Amino acid sequence: MRFVDEFREPELITKTADEIRRLADPQRHYRFMEVCGGHTHSIYRFGLKDVLPANIELVHGPGCPVCVLPMGRIDDGLSIAEQPNVIFAAFGDMMRVPGTHGSPLEHKARGMDVRIVYSPSDALKLARNNPDKQVLFFAIGFETTAPSTALTLIRAKAEGIRNFTVFCNHVTIIPAIRAILDSPDMRIDAFIGPGHVSTVIGCRPYGWIAANERKPIVVAGFEPLDILQSIVMLLRQMQENENKVENQYKRVVPWEGNRGALKAMAEVFELRPYFEWRGLGFISQSALRIKDAYAEWDAERRFSVPGIRVTDPKAAQCGEVLKGVLKPAQCKLFGNECTPEHPIGALMVSSEGSCAAYYNYEHRKAAQLTQLTGVSC
Amino acid sequence: MTAAVPKIRFRDPQVDMAHGAGGKASRRLIDGLFAPILFGSAPAPLGDAAHINVNGTCVALTTDSFVVRPLRFPGGSIGELAVNGTVNDLAVSGARAQALVVSYVLEAGLPTEILEGEVRAMATAAKAAGVVIAGGDTKVVEHGKADQMYITTSGIGHLIPGLSISPAAVRCGDKILLSGPIGDHGITILLARGELDLEADLRSDTRSVLPLVEALADAVGAGVHWMRDPTRGGVATSLNELAHDCGLGIRLAEERVPIRDEVRGACELLGLDPLHIANEGQFLAVVAAERAEAALAALRAVPGGRDAALIGEVSEQPAGSVLVTTLYGGSRIVDMLVGDPLPRIC
Repeated sequence: MRFVDEFREPELITKTADEIRRLADPQRHYRFMEVCGGHTHSIYRFGLKDVLPANIELVHGPGCPVCVLPMGRIDDGLSIAEQPNVIFAAFGDMMRVPGTHGSPLEHKARGMDVRIVYSPSDALKLARNNPDKQVLFFAIGFETTAPSTALTLIRAKAEGIRNFTVFCNHVTIIPAIRAILDSPDMRIDAFIGPGHVSTVIGCRPYGWIAANERKPIVVAGFEPLDILQSIVMLLRQMQENENKVENQYKRVVPWEGNRGALKAMAEVFELRPYFEWRGLGFISQSALRIKDAYAEWDAERRFSVPGIRVTDPKAAQCGEVLKGVLKPAQCKLFGNECTPEHPIGALMVSSEGSCAAYYNYEHRKAAQLTQLTGVSC
Repeated sequence: MTAAVPKIRFRDPQVDMAHGAGGKASRRLIDGLFAPILFGSAPAPLGDAAHINVNGTCVALTTDSFVVRPLRFPGGSIGELAVNGTVNDLAVSGARAQALVVSYVLEAGLPTEILEGEVRAMATAAKAAGVVIAGGDTKVVEHGKADQMYITTSGIGHLIPGLSISPAAVRCGDKILLSGPIGDHGITILLARGELDLEADLRSDTRSVLPLVEALADAVGAGVHWMRDPTRGGVATSLNELAHDCGLGIRLAEERVPIRDEVRGACELLGLDPLHIANEGQFLAVVAAERAEAALAALRAVPGGRDAALIGEVSEQPAGSVLVTTLYGGSRIVDMLVGDPLPRIC
């Protein structure tokens, strides 16, 4: 398959892994944070940790939109959908995320009209096709998905579609990285920058990480070779004592970002003064809300929203895992009370969440493969 | 004397879609509720068909319900699935289907044209599979109480001589064979629903796998240790069940698993794992290592078996789990499907 197989070529991967081994100082321990949940998923799916030397540790970052969404927001969204004649539409990612009284899928099993959509414009299509219903689109995601929500709202307004609203939970990546860097227990040497987000915002917004925080950052693609190559680039910077923003994902990410997408976002959204992140707490200017000009399509203004706040169970150590202080398996609940089937903490919910990825692809391997060398019986 | 009270471990408060998706939740429902109440304290490993003794003759018996939307899709329809599914469940339990009985649950308002089309599809599929449809039953429910039509087929078959399959027969070093490319059915259905605005030139793989199973039995007989058709939950779920039942590990070489580019592409776009996608015309077989080449050659010689592949082997570790390895030395554990496969967007 073109544009995929080239980046999974075993020979190139082995070569790049050799290069990493050559560049990495064996006396030193490296901690690189992959900001984006898509990277976390790839790292586990392709077993990249098996390819890397032991002194390069990958720490999973906050870039999983489902994971950082507080449970209260899900409760709020579902409470709107409990009103008669409402269709609740969301990405597949949201469907198993638990609210206080169950996930959207469990609400569907109890009779709520819940639809999985592939894009916000599919939700708008639902509204067109069901003029006697209200369609609520539960919007999540970083700058990756925010432009398509913005374009959908622009179209809804242009077409005068009144039975469509957006419950906006879009967040922005830079404040989350800042929160992690500001955390006192932060011990990250460098960053693998988010690929999809950067197709929209470009590479410029990461400048402060290199200039002020003196940490290298390389924006990377999602294939095994992309991730390994970005590690080579980080190691080279460290060897040269440099701190730069570099773009490994040039085939997709323009340095300046996507002007059209940014323009659509600026037309529809403005920054919220603050927003709660699951595991990280309140972060100022870290999320988007819908501007007054689109108030009619803003579910938070069209409907009465209870504004539910739910504190995470005390035993769940999502915040520490999210900041890279703890590994998933070091959390007290991991694998016993908290599993992908019955997630308690947010990171166990999405396949991009570090706990779910670790659980699905790694933890039994870690437990059982310690003696797996030359198996025979 | 009082009968022992079976221990019910199923604690989910309500039935969810996941309980029917063939993955972990389905297994929990069967092991935790159905098995203890219906089969008592010592249930046999849950195979695709029950083998029962009727006056000294061992026969295989199975049943399956079909609830697919849309009813017709590229490569097949609910009628063909209903015949092939039950024929295949019997085949992978080591039996040749003799006769089927069929139950229809029809929604009032279903156009006769659609019903007739599906009944004809069943007749054609039964003829192709060499099985008789011996009887049936029809129920009609009010409009809105069912999704057009549901079909249940139950089948009886005689055992194929020379085969003796069970998880207990599986040994370390055994090889794992797959009859052909995976994911065609599941992705075809996903796309046929038209909700994703994606198109691909794909057809469901629905077919009887009996000719392939018989070729395998002819070629290696008792060298076949286990078989399963990886329907809902896909190859990953079937192999996890095997790993669980036999207490050994399964190691798959990712690059050896045959997958069409269209299926891989759709899975990449939607964030799905092809190993979790449903198949309706493939089966997995575990065969003794020294018979693996002969088994593979036999499968490949059957029309429709050209893409059969040796995809992995049984090992001591990781006990009870499935490990997928890549060409460059990476590896990952692949679990049973949790719930339905959902597209991943953000």
